[in-house]
Amino acid sequence: MTETPQSPENLPAGPGATPEPVQRGERTGMFGARDTGDTSGYGGLRTPILFPAAAVRPYGGDFDVIADAVEAAIPDGHVERIVVDRGELTFVVARENLAAVARALRDDPALRFELCLSVSGVHFPADAGKELHVVYHLMSLTNDGRRIRVEVTAPDADPHIPSVVDTYPAADWHERETWDMFGVIFDGHPALTRILMPDDWPGHPQRKDYPLGGIPVEYKGGTVPPPDQRRSYN
Amino acid sequence: MATDSTIFTAADPDEVEQIDDLDETVDVYAAAGEESEGRVFNAVGGDWDDIVGEVGSRPEERIVVNMGPQHPSTHGVLRLILELEGETVTEARAGIGYLHTGIEKNMEFRTWTQGVTFCTRMDYVMPLFTETAYCLAVEKLLGITDQIPARASAIRVLMMELNRVTSHLVCMGTGGMEMGATTVMTVGFRERERILSIFEMISGLRMNHAYIRPGGVAQDLPAGAIQAIRDILPEVRQGIHELELLMVENPILKGRTVGVGYLDLTGCMALGITGPMLRAAGYPLDLRKSEPYCGYEKYDFDSPVRTGADAYDRLWLRLQECYESLKIVEQVIDELQNNPGPVMVEDKKIAWPAQLAVGPDGMGNSLAHIKEIMGTSMESLIHHFKLVTEGFRVPAGQVYASVESPKGELGCHAVSDGSTRPYRVHFREPSFNNLQAVAAMCEGAQVADVIVAVASIDPVMGGVDR
Amino acid sequence: MGIEEKLPAGFLLTTVEQVAGYMRKSSIWPATFGLACCAIEMMAVGTPDYDIARFGMERFSATPRQADLMIVAGRVSQKMAPVVRQVYDQMPEPKWVISMGVCASSGGMFNNYAIVQGVDHIIPVDVYLPGCPPRPQMLLNAILTLHDQIQHSKLGVNRVAAARAAEAAALAATPTHLMAPTHDHGERRSLLA
Repeated sequence: MTETPQSPENLPAGPGATPEPVQRGERTGMFGARDTGDTSGYGGLRTPILFPAAAVRPYGGDFDVIADAVEAAIPDGHVERIVVDRGELTFVVARENLAAVARALRDDPALRFELCLSVSGVHFPADAGKELHVVYHLMSLTNDGRRIRVEVTAPDADPHIPSVVDTYPAADWHERETWDMFGVIFDGHPALTRILMPDDWPGHPQRKDYPLGGIPVEYKGGTVPPPDQRRSYN
Repeated sequence: MATDSTIFTAADPDEVEQIDDLDETVDVYAAAGEESEGRVFNAVGGDWDDIVGEVGSRPEERIVVNMGPQHPSTHGVLRLILELEGETVTEARAGIGYLHTGIEKNMEFRTWTQGVTFCTRMDYVMPLFTETAYCLAVEKLLGITDQIPARASAIRVLMMELNRVTSHLVCMGTGGMEMGATTVMTVGFRERERILSIFEMISGLRMNHAYIRPGGVAQDLPAGAIQAIRDILPEVRQGIHELELLMVENPILKGRTVGVGYLDLTGCMALGITGPMLRAAGYPLDLRKSEPYCGYEKYDFDSPVRTGADAYDRLWLRLQECYESLKIVEQVIDELQNNPGPVMVEDKKIAWPAQLAVGPDGMGNSLAHIKEIMGTSMESLIHHFKLVTEGFRVPAGQVYASVESPKGELGCHAVSDGSTRPYRVHFREPSFNNLQAVAAMCEGAQVADVIVAVASIDPVMGGVDR
Repeated sequence: MGIEEKLPAGFLLTTVEQVAGYMRKSSIWPATFGLACCAIEMMAVGTPDYDIARFGMERFSATPRQADLMIVAGRVSQKMAPVVRQVYDQMPEPKWVISMGVCASSGGMFNNYAIVQGVDHIIPVDVYLPGCPPRPQMLLNAILTLHDQIQHSKLGVNRVAAARAAEAAALAATPTHLMAPTHDHGERRSLLA
């Protein structure tokens, strides 16, 4: 049976068939000029900032094996999205399900991600309703050193995320650091206090709405403003 | 309990209990007040017996001793809060953050290449590893990992392995000094100076080099570097052998380190420990073997493993790793001698321009390049200008790249939003993670063992606090 | 301090100054105050390659009560600042401070929320030593500069007079924002003038 150009196998996929990239914010202009005086001519340019879309099966490598094992061990719907980008596998999980997902990832024999390597926060103020992202990097020693990433989000208005310290005690100080730097409150953490800044420091420094700090530098009649207030071109 | 020396409370004479047989000195930093729980003693010297006697008569009171942040033996500005019962530690907590520099936030305001200069100062004893982890992450984001020239990867391996030796020498040197063996420190630092002169020859600086850049390395090895490395290798080997003779069968050192700081495999797994601590507990995890990067699969070396899981085994392990690193260095310099080539990725839109050569005055002044960009090639000039002022753009996404550093797995989680600056960079520093083990290793031990245990974790506070 | 404070100005006081200066500079004990990368270079100064022992300074005193010189080696974070001040206060007179490295001198490359922009915000500094990190030889140069300062420092009534003169000179000096610019910054003229 020959395929004619109009046969269904040959038609391009319509809109909505493949997942869309995730937009988190918009960039204005071309060369990073932030204040008046943009003479580049590109000042009216508006580009969306696009992060990789959800992946479509087959994922390639042993990601399919891992994804199948995750699907088998974790109830349906817990994993919101799976992203495969630059050779790395990311599971985006809703925050209510995080504790159960972490426990399954550690205990299920096909998964056995024993090491929680790091917990880090990212702040996307332009991602309405999902400003605070917390990213967990897990590694399995039993199963050939596989690595995955688990990503959870929380809104700025309600920055609560369940703690995984019961499952991964290594996350203790990492979660304290994420609280200190981003203001993410980990429910169930035994002692969520500041770890890097002084105990009575106001604010959470690595959030995007916290200024870099710093003072203008004077030298023989000239003043250079601190790095976040200088005129810059990138 | 909030006895914080930074809270200044004036001592109200009516509230302070009168201690008749102690010389009551009023100290504005350590006065008793409403915030402090129990009595605060200020030991001025020579009166420890009095204090202990006074406390001993009240058995329900605990003695909490604060070691640091300024203390000769806490590896930098680490604050150890120990609750003591006699000489035994019943509770140990580590207070960190005294060196927090906000490097990760600073990197968000500079270009991707300038980020190297910042991240190199995190763990200042092994700066090249942090640079490599960051550059591997940036290259993964750019998608140019397999376009990095083989010579650049080999130079990275060379610098990293030499840095591994210097890091272990600092660890063993300061560890020995903390136990009272000053010769260990002088021998260790003497060998380290030989390697630092190599670093200075190749990158221009003894420490905090900013030499490994996204796309390759900043400049090629100067003439004479390989011969200089060949000259010092036997001397460094001899020096490490001297350390071995001083330490490995030394009964005093064995008495102080065997059985001290015990953390078995379960503890390591629970606390996410990697590196020499995990290998001393019996598990042979070495990222250079399991997930090779920068061409490590080409070199022949061992990754030693012990099963004792105590400070002595970790010390032995670090010594052996030094020998293995020197083995790798020998193989790399043979490879470099026979294979000239570029040391930066070919893509002119990413490659750091101006492959300068270090002139006789120590300054980079490759006249050939300057002639080319000013005279012949307008594209070179434009690329040079744009790359240095604006930087290259990295497509949006996030990656995690890791290397096997002397202290464990050093990972870099980099998030890009498509611009010329990092959006968020977070470093998974092994010192930060491994320092959580202080409580598990020290509770139940003697006070002197705390020093040895912390030294065997080998934390570097710049990496812990970033 | 002692009897040397009560001597009248003159030949005797000058001789005592010279002798006291010589004695003090030859027996400085530094306090271990290594904070960050500069601490490694400070440790290197204590090792045989650079040998601070030839100045009698190899005995780094852990306790500030027995230390004369505080070498602030490394970046001073906001959390560490009260500790720096406390250790400085615990040192007995006479005491001197070298701020080693650009981070201790001026905040260095870290112009941000976490780092005190120069330890002279907290304690008085005698010698500033730039470098990132300064080589051991540079630290020895700073120490020798300090030795010179100590040798020539005045005592008693001469010291009071010298302090008054320094204060008058500082009050009469041009503030940095009124100094003539070395080159034209265009519209980025000082915001303070």
